[in-house]
Amino acid sequence: MDSEGSQKIAVASAPEPLIGPGHTLETVTDKISSIVLTRGTTPGWVFGFAIAFCLLMLLNVVITLLMVYGVGIWGINIPVGWAFAITNFVWWIGIGHAGTLISAILLLLHQKWRTSINRFAEAMTIFAVMCAGMFPLLHMGRPWLFFYLMPYPNPMWLWPQFRSPLVWDVFAVSTYFTVSLLFWFVGLIPDLATLRDRAKNRAAQVIYGMLSMGWRGSAVHWSRYEFASLLLAGLATPLVVSVHTVVSFDFTIAIVPGWHSTIFPPYFVAGAIYSGFAMVLTLAIPIRKYYHLEDLVTMRHLNIMAKVMLATGIIVAYAYIVETFMAFYSANLYERYMMMNRMTGPYAVVYWALVACNLVIPQALWSGRVRRSIPALFLISLVVNVGMWLERFVIIVVSLHREFVPSKWDMFYPTRWDWATYVGTIGLFFTLFYLFIRFLPMISIVEVRSLVHETNEEKLHSKLHS
Amino acid sequence: MAQVFHRSSNMISRASILGALLFLGGLSCALWGITMSPWYTEQNVTRQQPVPFSHRHHAGELGIDCRYCHTSVDKSSFAGLPPTQTCMTCHSQIWTNASMLEPVRASYRTDQSISWTRVNALPDFVYFDHSIHVSKGIGCTTCHGPIAEMPLTYRAGTLYMSWCLECHRQPEKYVRPKAEVFNPFYKPPANQLELGRQLVKEYKIQSLQYCSTCHR
Repeated sequence: MDSEGSQKIAVASAPEPLIGPGHTLETVTDKISSIVLTRGTTPGWVFGFAIAFCLLMLLNVVITLLMVYGVGIWGINIPVGWAFAITNFVWWIGIGHAGTLISAILLLLHQKWRTSINRFAEAMTIFAVMCAGMFPLLHMGRPWLFFYLMPYPNPMWLWPQFRSPLVWDVFAVSTYFTVSLLFWFVGLIPDLATLRDRAKNRAAQVIYGMLSMGWRGSAVHWSRYEFASLLLAGLATPLVVSVHTVVSFDFTIAIVPGWHSTIFPPYFVAGAIYSGFAMVLTLAIPIRKYYHLEDLVTMRHLNIMAKVMLATGIIVAYAYIVETFMAFYSANLYERYMMMNRMTGPYAVVYWALVACNLVIPQALWSGRVRRSIPALFLISLVVNVGMWLERFVIIVVSLHREFVPSKWDMFYPTRWDWATYVGTIGLFFTLFYLFIRFLPMISIVEVRSLVHETNEEKLHSKLHS
Repeated sequence: MAQVFHRSSNMISRASILGALLFLGGLSCALWGITMSPWYTEQNVTRQQPVPFSHRHHAGELGIDCRYCHTSVDKSSFAGLPPTQTCMTCHSQIWTNASMLEPVRASYRTDQSISWTRVNALPDFVYFDHSIHVSKGIGCTTCHGPIAEMPLTYRAGTLYMSWCLECHRQPEKYVRPKAEVFNPFYKPPANQLELGRQLVKEYKIQSLQYCSTCHR
């Protein structure tokens, strides 16, 4: 009985490998660098890139119109002054958080499964923050005066309003972008050097050579690389929590019912990681299929990401429940009305769709069969992405459209340009992402190699001991 | 395999980092310089006028009171530009044939105003009221500079918001006794700060710095 039980535990706890069988240091380098260097531009890539690029051109059109006619081309008006633009901003910036969590916190926690997904998760972070950053600027109406947001010496003798969370947001997002970019780039340096050394044509050698900043792989280089990575991970770690906390302050500091709540910071951070992991899955599943990377991004990776999604999804669900409870427990007329309006008001469909997408459907991830089914995982990741977008829409538009005085109540209807801006940034994101997978190693060669090394060492040890 | 780069690229890359920093620093200094330069602010730049009117002659040498021409300065937001009739009170009697004054006489004959070029014009998004400043002890020359020494009128300040705030933050540095407001030769006394503090209290001057004070 005892031995049977312990056997079962041993079977259950023996982890699936993080890397397919038969990989050596060389095959890893070959496989990842060949995607960039020898595979070339494939029709599938061109097709996807063309679609993304068309959407990016749509964004160009929208921005041009926005400059000419102003934010009036969107459906915003008082009382709903913040609608799609801020929804998209929060959505995009939330998506970025998974990349930072994977690359920084999991690095510090020595989670080995991060190695084959961290590179493109970080790229996702950077591109998502770029998309996010555009929205507040476009939403200002006069984007060319964006520098008013920064404290700089000026002939008006004027600082930004430091008591406003919108100013904190500027610092949070710009710090986030800077640290993420540096972290990503530092991590890329040894891999860029590998590409430089393996590139056959002169232009690639020069470009990768310049980007790899003279990397020769000496012991000093490695020691500095490790140290810089660790420092940047230390810098990025608080950002995982702080950035979305500050984003949530944009709402909580205001006294609008539905916004003015102390649960927002943790709720937003959990939601950010939730949507971020959903996006990582949305990206990872087609990429590993198309580039045959199943042995590097294994089922175990997908399984772990699904579990993280489930865990953060439960935190988000808890926040929804507490929010609803507090609205009634507060005995505040406006809070109660806000919640009733969410559930039964003109935007009730959106609210219940959000509950379905974020609360109900992801519960399927409790089942191991669902976590191991790639189509199911892909679908759920899309559903969560949609759900998290709806969540921000509900928080922003549904709270604003009926605040205190009924004479101020009004509806928000998105115009075609609202949709075009949103879809346009998706185009920007995927254009950048397609360029990334074409020209940069989308999986960290260095880190996967060190994982191979460790795995082989372990095997050797276990052989020696047995 | 041959090296991709020559040895010298090490030096070039290091120099380019330093160069980028210097360039950005230089660019910031240049932009600040342009922002503060008379070329951009039109500070101290005289303007061409249809008639070369001299404040030095009229307000300085002849001692005509500011309010003789700028009649509404102590009653209204706008100081007022004199109608041609005001000029003609004197110039129908003296210098009646001066060719320099022909546009003035033409204006009088045809009843068409002389189109002066505005020297001190605040943007439309700024609310400014002359009367409150004048009646709280802010002299004409505090903002308009040594007007009694200007043969042709120029803008004495940058009209930047920092220029307004300089006084709004510390009115005691600029306020003068009400009797001296229209004196174009007034020099602040040595104990300006002491006197200023006393006058601020006496005239109940508020240091107004709300956005909506001027941007209504």
